[in-house]
Amino acid sequence: MRDDDARTRGRRLDLRPNDLREHEVAERATCLPALEPVLCDDAFRPRARVQPVQSLEPVNAREPVAGPAALLGRDEVPGEHAGVLLGEAEAADPFDDLLQHAAPYSNGVPAALQTRALAKRYGTIEALRGVELEVGEGELVGLLGPNGAGKSTLVKIAVGLVHATRGEATVCGAPAGSGAARASLGYLAELFRFPGWYSADEVLLLHQRLAGSGGGEAERTELLRLVGLLDARRRKVDAMSKGMQQRLGIAQALVGSPRLLLLDEPTSALDPAGRRTVRRLLEELRARGVAVLLNSHLLSEVELVCDRVVIITGGSVVAAGTPAELSRARGVEIETAAGLREFPDATRDDAPRLVAELVAAGQRIYEVRVRRTSLEETYLHAVGEDAT
Amino acid sequence: MFAIVLVLTAVFLGLYALGTDRAFQEVAEFEQDPTFQAVDERTLAGATLLGLAMFGTLFLGAVLAVFLTHAVVRGDAERGLLQPLVVRPLGRTTLLGARFLAAAAVCGLYAAGLFAATAGITYWTGSWWPDRFWLPAAELAAAAVVVCMLSLLGSVFLSATANGIAVFMLVGAGIVGGLLGQIGAALDSETLVDVAEKASWALPFEALYQDALHAISSESFGLTGELLQLGPFGGAQSAGDALWPWVVGYLALAGGVAALAFGRKDL
Repeated sequence: MRDDDARTRGRRLDLRPNDLREHEVAERATCLPALEPVLCDDAFRPRARVQPVQSLEPVNAREPVAGPAALLGRDEVPGEHAGVLLGEAEAADPFDDLLQHAAPYSNGVPAALQTRALAKRYGTIEALRGVELEVGEGELVGLLGPNGAGKSTLVKIAVGLVHATRGEATVCGAPAGSGAARASLGYLAELFRFPGWYSADEVLLLHQRLAGSGGGEAERTELLRLVGLLDARRRKVDAMSKGMQQRLGIAQALVGSPRLLLLDEPTSALDPAGRRTVRRLLEELRARGVAVLLNSHLLSEVELVCDRVVIITGGSVVAAGTPAELSRARGVEIETAAGLREFPDATRDDAPRLVAELVAAGQRIYEVRVRRTSLEETYLHAVGEDAT
Repeated sequence: MFAIVLVLTAVFLGLYALGTDRAFQEVAEFEQDPTFQAVDERTLAGATLLGLAMFGTLFLGAVLAVFLTHAVVRGDAERGLLQPLVVRPLGRTTLLGARFLAAAAVCGLYAAGLFAATAGITYWTGSWWPDRFWLPAAELAAAAVVVCMLSLLGSVFLSATANGIAVFMLVGAGIVGGLLGQIGAALDSETLVDVAEKASWALPFEALYQDALHAISSESFGLTGELLQLGPFGGAQSAGDALWPWVVGYLALAGGVAALAFGRKDL
């Protein structure tokens, strides 16, 4: 069975419309009832869920096929296929429309970050499998995924630390890793250090020189003020707490007024006050038109601040959209004197009618809640961990 | 780190001054003995002692070179120090070149300065000055620079600890190769001389060191010159005119390989 024609993740079977050999078709067909086949394009980008058939049937490809379909198997006669014909199914699961990749912008302005079929292989391990991603100017995108999903690899390719195996990545129109690209971005690594004998001011001065920034002391003062380290500008890095070093790292990433900021777990070492500081900073940057790609495990932080969220697992994008798009209505809850009443199929628009009916029935109403799926629920479903 | 080098240097110079002072006091007694009229005792003692000091200079220069360069790439990357620098518009080759030039300047000046200090101590305690001064100073400085480059090249592939160990082993191997050459010359063994010669070309810091040893007593002839060449710190022969072009080419080749490998490395 050739792995490059199909891929199984959990209960989902991703199929490309490539030909398989007949014995592989039989293997796939026996697996189909236990799996959820998903029709993909050549880069394993999901296009539609399909309804599996229960048995192997011969198919004549010359006959018109309605809707998206995948043909498995091929015999030696051109134009004819022996195999399983899969047709399009209606979406029944409220999470079904998560199967979308991060759609590219097409307004003619180079995106702050753009990747096309980006892949990276480390030996036998595929860290990235054809990732398509865009971060527009002034957009704040959150990148989520479990450990080993490929988030850091994607960010490292964008900043030029890692070389892609296939595909391409551009930063503000320039190839990732080029001098022009590196001049446009600021980066905070997940694991970083500064020389311990440097003061905060000296670290920023060094990075001003490396970035060719003419901001001088005024820029350093402003950046230290932004991250709340102005009073500690003469303090040595060795004498700083981890949280202070993290904030200094954010400040160095902002040296030279980058157009794209890539932050890898920027709030991991920060207390709640520090996280709020960073959130406000990110909002201010967005207002200034700086694009941000935020790699984080803290779903609550991402949900609060990001314009769009991209969920990546196993090296592929499995869901993308705004937090509102990724959350779905999950009914209405009404707290009454008799207890909690749940209406799982109701929407926000049904709430007034439901309240009126309950009141008419003599019920006392204390609270009405329109339930929506949280980003955490969406994330766990997308990465296939919601059953655990 | 620098404090360790400074302490070692001070201890070394202090012990060297003490040793040479005592040695030349002994030499002063031999000079009055007519039995040794055919030998210039002061030159023999001075060249041997300065040769010993040059061995110490090479070692300390290698220590400093390794300290400054053993973690430039992989070691600093593992600690997270390198990534914030590499993502800047600077360029990897520029970064590597800058680190090498800085380390080479420090190590080269240190080695030359240490040689000058030991030559001065030798003259102060025994009124003996080497036949040539600037050439051996330059060659010891260049030897330290070669060790710098080897350590920089190793840092691209090896962790900091492994690289430090590997470079020190190379330095030791080179020095042993040179000693084998001295023994081979004394015993008239072509095999040993051939092994030493190959080791010197493969590790040109050793060739530079041997040529420097030869230079400090290059104008000593007769029995004194023969005795010096037979000693462990007497350069038996000059490396010839190809030495410096080979050193420059060697540095360029090693630097090119390091830059190429660093440019392709995933961090």
